[in-house]
Amino acid sequence: MLVLSGIAVIIAGFLLRFNPLLVIIASALVTGMAAGLDPVAIIASFGKAFNDTRYVSIIWIVLPVIGLLEAYGLQERARQLIAGMKGATIGRLLTGYLVLRQLLSAIGLTSVAGHAQTVRPLVAPMAEAAAGQGVDLSDDDREDIRAMSAATDNIGLFFGEDIFLAIGSILLMKGVLEQNGIFVEPLRLSVWAIPTAITAFVIHAFRLWRFERRLARKGGAA
Amino acid sequence: MITLTAVYVLTGLVFLAFALLGLRERQNPRRFGNAAFWSLLAVSMLAGDRLGDIGNGVLVLLLVALAGTGALGKASAEEPADLREARAARHGNSLFLLALVIPVTALAGSFLFKTFPGLVDPKQATLVSLAAGVLLALGIGQIWLRPHPALPLQQGRRLMDSVGWAAILPQMLASLGAVFALAGVGDVVGQLVEGAIPQHSLLASVMAYGLGMALFTMVMGNAFAAFPVMFAAIGLPVLIGEHHGNPAVISAIGMLAGFCGTLMTPMAANFNLVPAALLELKDKNGVIRAQVGTALPLLIANIAFIYWFAFR
Repeated sequence: MLVLSGIAVIIAGFLLRFNPLLVIIASALVTGMAAGLDPVAIIASFGKAFNDTRYVSIIWIVLPVIGLLEAYGLQERARQLIAGMKGATIGRLLTGYLVLRQLLSAIGLTSVAGHAQTVRPLVAPMAEAAAGQGVDLSDDDREDIRAMSAATDNIGLFFGEDIFLAIGSILLMKGVLEQNGIFVEPLRLSVWAIPTAITAFVIHAFRLWRFERRLARKGGAA
Repeated sequence: MITLTAVYVLTGLVFLAFALLGLRERQNPRRFGNAAFWSLLAVSMLAGDRLGDIGNGVLVLLLVALAGTGALGKASAEEPADLREARAARHGNSLFLLALVIPVTALAGSFLFKTFPGLVDPKQATLVSLAAGVLLALGIGQIWLRPHPALPLQQGRRLMDSVGWAAILPQMLASLGAVFALAGVGDVVGQLVEGAIPQHSLLASVMAYGLGMALFTMVMGNAFAAFPVMFAAIGLPVLIGEHHGNPAVISAIGMLAGFCGTLMTPMAANFNLVPAALLELKDKNGVIRAQVGTALPLLIANIAFIYWFAFR
């Protein structure tokens, strides 16, 4: 029971808005000590895990390319392109991106799009431009649009990737089932991701349509 | 054979460049803090395998100390808006082609290196291709746009500083997960959940399984950590053992119920907090707020799907 105190540290730390990195280290120390580990061993195992998970931080090497593109006006160009398209609404744009992201993920291409690769340089400025046609957007609206662009990327990724046979979560499930003597083909697991993928699309597309109407209504009233 | 090690070296050199370029920015009073932070990350990328476990642990403590004491400052050296507009007008829509170099290279490389193994470790084909795409895009950009050679790194450094310490949150949370596993947190949670459900009601068990996946994922920030725990606590003994459910449905849709939890927690930093920093949102939880409206109905749908599809 005592090892759960680390979870309490995490929740309290996030609620009290301490620096999350401090909260994480504090939680690791509390959890490890509750399990009877000594502090040096805890720091060592944390350091080992940090070194083993460096691949998570590789994504930052795309920033020089994004910086170059932005200095040469990519975001402005994305806005102009959308502004020149009749019928490009934010709802249609983000719904189109949602489908694309789900389909790409479903064939295993999870890393070709993402927050650094596509959302910041392309999707978010395009969404702002599409919503801003003939409407004055407030700063809060712009925040909401960018947040919704990032949300659409996440939802497209999460509820597309499990349709692919060889994605990490499918292999994990296969492994856990096998440890318990149950043998299931990856295909049997991945087909059962399809109902949820369709439902996720329907729910989120509906929300995007309502989001578009909300922005348009506010603009019309202003 | 090209493996992740080569990509780590490239990443380390990029972080090192960020550190050095930031030092020149005199209007940032905390530039030494930023430089120290990115230098430490460069060391981790370049020499992490030679530091030993305790060495890496000390490196993490130094990173946390810098972030926790507010030693990092925000930087600004954006190119002026009118200059960007003028360049955008000059180069037109071909800028999009350059933007697509990274995704297209990642795509082509993933297929190519998996079909023709030998040059690149097939298991890491996508990450190696991503790095190749970055180098290719920088090369083409340099020849075509002729920027000052330091401009890409200088602008990349500006973006990196605007993300700040949040850049290592995902790695930190993954490491915390490892400590939790070592301490047996999952087993304790599993026992708690097992004791809490009324064993004989099918609907209550399915709900406990789906909600448990989502909640434990929110705590751990990762459905991968929650799945083995919830499966061992409810999925296997109750849903499969007692009620004879279909293991494929219970696993696959249970994992997706966990993904609904991922959408609602700051612990899933790389999906929720990092984009908020990257898009320069004032509200750090803005992305989570945008996701809750999709995640909650979808969680209910997933629980219903398990109930309908697994026990026919």
